[in-house]
Amino acid sequence: MTARHPAGRQLFGYGMSSSLPTLPDAQLAPLLEAYKCARAAKLRQTALFFVALTLAVIVSAKVAEIDLFKLGANIGSFFNYFSRLFVFDSGDLQGRSVLLDIGEWYWGFRKWLRLLGDTLLIAYVGTFIGALGAFLICFSGARNLSPNPWVRGVAKRALEFFRTVPEIVFALIFVIAFGLGPIPGVLALSLHTFGALGKQFLEVVENIDMRPVEGATACGASWVDSIRFAVVPQVLSNFVSYTLLRFEINVRGASVMGFVGAGGIGQDLIEAIRKFYYTDVSAILLMIIATVMIVDIATAHVRHRLIGLEEAR
Amino acid sequence: MLVIESLSRRFGEKKAVNDVSLSVAPGGFVGVIGRSGAGKSTLLRMINRLQEPSGGRILYEGRDITALRGQALRDWRADCAMIFQQFNLVGRLDVLTNVLMGRLNKTSAAQSLLRLWSPEDRAMALSALEQFDIGNLAAQRAESLSGGQQQRVAICRALVQEPKLILADEPIASLDPRNTKIVMDALRRINRHFGITVLCNLHSLDLARSYCDRLVGMAAGRVVFDDVPEKLTEHVARELYGLEAGEVMESGDHAVSAGLKPAPVAA
Ligand SMILES: Nc1ncnc2c1ncn2[C@@H]1O[C@H](COP(=O)(O)OP(=O)(O)OP(=O)(O)O)[C@@H](O)[C@H]1O
Ligand SMILES: [Mg+2]
Repeated sequence: MTARHPAGRQLFGYGMSSSLPTLPDAQLAPLLEAYKCARAAKLRQTALFFVALTLAVIVSAKVAEIDLFKLGANIGSFFNYFSRLFVFDSGDLQGRSVLLDIGEWYWGFRKWLRLLGDTLLIAYVGTFIGALGAFLICFSGARNLSPNPWVRGVAKRALEFFRTVPEIVFALIFVIAFGLGPIPGVLALSLHTFGALGKQFLEVVENIDMRPVEGATACGASWVDSIRFAVVPQVLSNFVSYTLLRFEINVRGASVMGFVGAGGIGQDLIEAIRKFYYTDVSAILLMIIATVMIVDIATAHVRHRLIGLEEAR
Repeated sequence: MLVIESLSRRFGEKKAVNDVSLSVAPGGFVGVIGRSGAGKSTLLRMINRLQEPSGGRILYEGRDITALRGQALRDWRADCAMIFQQFNLVGRLDVLTNVLMGRLNKTSAAQSLLRLWSPEDRAMALSALEQFDIGNLAAQRAESLSGGQQQRVAICRALVQEPKLILADEPIASLDPRNTKIVMDALRRINRHFGITVLCNLHSLDLARSYCDRLVGMAAGRVVFDDVPEKLTEHVARELYGLEAGEVMESGDHAVSAGLKPAPVAA
């Protein structure tokens, strides 16, 4: 066959033989050259990036007065702290591993379990209220549904504000306003959830198929009706999925709410840390980790079921 | 009587619809024809007020449609049902609910939010579906239906609106020849049986000639032809479609006698 001549056609020709024909050298050389140049340019860019990154690390360490040598020298005490977490420091078993007496290690199990229950409840109620608010506002903030730029702007800025302020800051403020207890924790989580979920909901809504909405509008449906019938069916499974994910995040958030007196397990954890009750710290931390893992697995399971349902429809 | 008075719509510099005046008597089956981009969709969408005109007026029985707001506007939209090329159903809802959406305008907000349809509305929707042989599909998700079935659902939704006017924007453009005939026959039946005026955008001259009793030809946003189908000579068609006219006109005659031909698309 005339492998070399009309190279372009031969390359993808129908009756091609087993070996792929190559271009003549004269044609090939410039292509190879161009490729090499492009590669070299990329490599130079990458090298430059790493030099810049290293410089930035050094400069920022200087500015923030981080002494890397001191960090190195003290890294030992960091690990020391961790090893002490799992050794009794008083009583009969002083200096021995906590595993020798689980009952003694988890002396406060019932109390901590109850506090963990509080924590879950704070996360649950906070997520629920926040998601409800996010659901109510997301449609007015969406570019494709809300014709009034003012309403849209206000909705978006409000969500931005509540998303940007960390929940622990809200908690601090509410503790001052409402006193100690779970109420400030719930409120703080609701507000942050409202901002974070509202933004995600809004993006889901902005990506829907608009044809059903147009169909509803064209037959005289009101704005609320067209959302109820043409938008919600499209977005609901995504909303539920994002809300479950947020619940998992909020369980973690709720477990530190107690640090500022806003209820839940965090109160006992911060106390144990401050008073150097090493074994209590480890006991509580492990319980929190286990809880988060269980919630994570459970919500992931539900979310995958939802996605499965979506795809099987 | 629907009266359109020097209606215009511009998109930036472009005049999609340019000074169009028409009057449509009740009970007619009017075909709107013209090449792609002629402004057919824009014209129909303005009548339903899905698109705002930039000039001119639309009057229905003496009432100025272009000035309507709020509930009055929604009532008008219920009066002139729209049928789309892509059906515009809610895929995730069942067929019956999709049809019942045509009743939303006549249902109180609280009832519709809770999906408490009245027994009369349900009966009406089911009868409409049964009339087009898809009553057995009422409980299925709309997206699981074929294109032809979905378009029939859309026609049922339009019917339960109890409209005075049906605006169909290329209702058969995404259907095969068999479904094309089913859907066009359905529109004709509605027109004859219920006396509802039909305004229908069509790409195929053959179809336009066999189903419509009046044709409105548009080119570059203007009406260039407005008469009974018999008056649509090759000369006029050439003006409408430019060079493609030969193709479009070809086989036109036996298409009319055969009732149907696969739509030659003037794209
Ligand atoms: N939303 C819009 N924004 C900008 N331009 C538009 C818009 N809608 C329509 N146009 C323009 O207006 C002109 C008329 O469009 P229209 O959709 O009414 O044509 P048509 O006759 O329905 O064409 P087709 O047969 O392809 O559906 C086109 O040039 C189109 O590009
Ligand atoms: Mg169109």
